[in-house]
Amino acid sequence: MGIDRREFIRISGLAALLGLGGKGAFELLRPGQVEAALKPEAGALSGKRWAMVVNMQKMDEATAQKCINACNRVHNVPDFKNPNDPKNKLDPEIANRYEVKWIWTEHYHNAFVEDQTNLPDKVKQMAFLLLCNHCDNPPCVRVCPTKATFRRDDGIVNMDMHRCIGCRFCMAGCPFGARSFNWRDPRPYIKDTYPGYPTREIGVVEKCTFCAERLAQGLAPACAEASGGTLIFGDLNDEKSQVRRMLQKYFSIRRKVHLGTNPQVYYIV
Amino acid sequence: MDDKYKNEFGAFAPRPQVEKKFYDGKYILAGLIIFLAMVALPFLPNVGKTIPPPERQLDTPVIKKIAEKDRKCIMPTEWMRANHMQMLVDWRDNVVRSDEKGAPEVREFVSPDGRKFLASLTNTCLDCHSNKEKFCDQCHNYVAVVPNCFGCHLQEGKKLAEAK
Repeated sequence: MGIDRREFIRISGLAALLGLGGKGAFELLRPGQVEAALKPEAGALSGKRWAMVVNMQKMDEATAQKCINACNRVHNVPDFKNPNDPKNKLDPEIANRYEVKWIWTEHYHNAFVEDQTNLPDKVKQMAFLLLCNHCDNPPCVRVCPTKATFRRDDGIVNMDMHRCIGCRFCMAGCPFGARSFNWRDPRPYIKDTYPGYPTREIGVVEKCTFCAERLAQGLAPACAEASGGTLIFGDLNDEKSQVRRMLQKYFSIRRKVHLGTNPQVYYIV
Repeated sequence: MDDKYKNEFGAFAPRPQVEKKFYDGKYILAGLIIFLAMVALPFLPNVGKTIPPPERQLDTPVIKKIAEKDRKCIMPTEWMRANHMQMLVDWRDNVVRSDEKGAPEVREFVSPDGRKFLASLTNTCLDCHSNKEKFCDQCHNYVAVVPNCFGCHLQEGKKLAEAK
């Protein structure tokens, strides 16, 4: 005797129910994972829209250099002009071309290309401290074919060097020149390797990451820490944050706003 | 003979009579023997030999300092031997890319017995296993894998605590 229609529908209905509820049932019976779990580090800084305010009224050459040195040290940024071993010495022109920049200074006329006639002459003679602007609408992320560079939910435009194929589309896309390519192995040009951050390899692009690795440990970015209050880092989304208060109080400018990338590094002039 | 060259429509022309001869036989055979010898050459020195698997080297200063009974890796040895590469990839994704998915950045690893570790190759793994040539490279060479971790991740130098 075979199975009748009523019986068939009943069995297939039950089977479908079991199939749908199966995984949920397992999780009810055996909650939690047996495997070891990864957790965020306690005390990590979190924000919704990280931003940097550069107070150009307080900025001077020595402070700028202090910020640059602090950044270069903790990120193992190579200095191609001063090799550790004299036999790795590069032609000055090549060393200049190979330069890796995370944070650097540039004269007003090179940093702010559009004509801002309203600004006083004093401002137009300043050397500005420049870094990645961590744009809200980052062109580098849009052009990256491997998603090696990506925008995090807290606004940081980060790099995953593991995935970078060195195509340099992002360097062409970035209107701020904030990205550098590793034309050669940087290790012989790093004075004092810092164990808290990897070096890079030949063939990847790198840039400022707003010290994402330091934020995870609850530390402010290296440049902000070294600047003694000249660089202010904070959450723009937080009304009580110092960056918000500074921007409320003083007039600030940003680089190349007309391009629509919405840069998040503000300069108080 | 001709019968075989028939189909249902009739017979074909007779099969052409070609003289069967192996032209230039000695050159071809000599060439073949030389070719086979060259292909076999790399294998000949090892024929009949067993290459012993490398010994684990655990005599680093940090490991020696730990009492004998407390000497255990973050996961059981057998598991680590089979899965350390996948674990490092997971650490990497969690540290670098987790924020992309809206989850907080994850840098702490909790082992099944509740111990906590910083998810870092340079500062956690290589802290104990500071003998990279003996511990990592030896085995990677034996199984002929070339991981490129150490192109960027530092393997030596001072510790993070000293650098701060």
